[in-house]
Amino acid sequence: MSRTIYMDHAATTAARPEVVEAMLPYFTESFGNPSSIYDLGAKNKEAITHARDTIAKSLGTDAANIYFTAGGSESDNWALIAAAEAYESKGKHIITSKIEHHAILHTCEYLEKRGFEVTYIGVDENGIIDLEALKAAIRPDTILISVMFANNEIGTIQPIAKIGAIAKEHGILFHTDAVQAYGQLSINVDEMNIDMLSASGHKLNGPKGIGFLYIRKGVKIRSFIHGGAQERKRRAGTENVPGIVGLGKAVEIAMATMEERKAFETKLRDYMIKRIHEEIPYARLNGDKTRRLPNNVNFSFQFIEGESLLIMLDMAGICASSGSACTSGSLDPSHVLLAIGLPHEIAHGSLRLTIGYETTKEDVDYTVDEIKKIVERLRNMSPLYEDFIKKEIKKHSK
Amino acid sequence: MYSEKVMDHFQNPRNVGEIENASGVGTVGNAKCGDIMRIYLDIDDQQIIRDVKFKTFGCGAAVATSSMATELVKGKTIYEALKITNKAVMEALDGLPPVKVHCSLLAEEAIHAALWDYAQKNHIVIEGLEKPKNDISEDEEEEEY
Repeated sequence: MSRTIYMDHAATTAARPEVVEAMLPYFTESFGNPSSIYDLGAKNKEAITHARDTIAKSLGTDAANIYFTAGGSESDNWALIAAAEAYESKGKHIITSKIEHHAILHTCEYLEKRGFEVTYIGVDENGIIDLEALKAAIRPDTILISVMFANNEIGTIQPIAKIGAIAKEHGILFHTDAVQAYGQLSINVDEMNIDMLSASGHKLNGPKGIGFLYIRKGVKIRSFIHGGAQERKRRAGTENVPGIVGLGKAVEIAMATMEERKAFETKLRDYMIKRIHEEIPYARLNGDKTRRLPNNVNFSFQFIEGESLLIMLDMAGICASSGSACTSGSLDPSHVLLAIGLPHEIAHGSLRLTIGYETTKEDVDYTVDEIKKIVERLRNMSPLYEDFIKKEIKKHSK
Repeated sequence: MYSEKVMDHFQNPRNVGEIENASGVGTVGNAKCGDIMRIYLDIDDQQIIRDVKFKTFGCGAAVATSSMATELVKGKTIYEALKITNKAVMEALDGLPPVKVHCSLLAEEAIHAALWDYAQKNHIVIEGLEKPKNDISEDEEEEEY
């Protein structure tokens, strides 16, 4: 099987050729350190400024509020830990959701060990955060709310503007992990009252190892990486110039093509969902039907286990991912699927397919055809399916 | 991540299916943990396992260990089958990743559970066979989805 169909764009994406092309000179001829006084280095500052401007514009903010990091996880860690420390005198309570990425959840656990209290707000069966529970969780000592913009597994988009308004009303900092949403959805940090926002380059056809944290002017968070005076003394380390340039280019393209991509991917997504619904029995769509990232499809196939499905898809040349425990190295399936109320055995049989701008209808058709065959094959060797069918026969013969 | 043998047994599992009126059936594991194995044995008057089939809900390693376990017990006496350990199943598959070792335990338990069922049905005692811990009752209420 020589054909490879990439259906895992939420995991990472290929850098666009224009992105790579823009980056290349900064590895070789323009290699200078931007902090240097001579032209070879100093002119790289302009390249960084240009990328920063592009990103600031995409969020409706000033360039001074964009801080480059090594990616989404660093941005999340920085935002939470530094904000917790900076506002510790005001209180030690943080609110987040049960379906955050581990970069948030594990950082919250770290903070809990250091004396902070964290409230994890639940979500409904589609993965939308419970706003009433969020409001009820607010206390006088709450210093930070962190809710992801869109979920990486089930694609659910949160009511970010509403959460921003609630946070603002109570004078609480609001951070959002927008790693999956940035580049796919339009975001305006002022209109949505977002104080901090994490994003990553490789999710939007940019390079890996680069991301940024937006920090609203006036938010007093300290430096996370200590050393030089880069990034307005808030993030030390010689700038990853090729990465920053690549990220800038990726953002430029993502913003210019957003509406067109959104329309294209939404149509393809809904086509895939429709085919799976119509052609594969006992399949459940996880996540919200409409408040959903344009590129995300997530199904649970009853009676089968996700890792088996992934290996068989891989043999058919299809790259996808699952919320099955067997793919994570733990015994529990995805915390997101459990939070939306799926029983363990249904969560084990989940499959995430995430498309990109280069995905074609033929890719989707081939993928659905293969899933159909594989699900049938796995069900035929599943004792759960055997029991289910026997029960059905008994029911009908009564 | 998996050896060639594991991949072979996963892609082309041996002895998948059911045996009607089997001499012994054993189901072990837990859907919650993502692994359920069921083994059917057809045992003759000489206490020789003439045929064996399996059904498994689980990961690649779970399917491969079930398949290998059926290969190892086929044609053996019940006492020979009883001696087949999870280690033997793993070795026959050229090893498993550490996180998947529990799958091979499940295969051993499934054989024992099927042998236990056979012993119960025939009112005999198989020396060295203990009542399986993980046997899932056939009548267990399924959760409604």
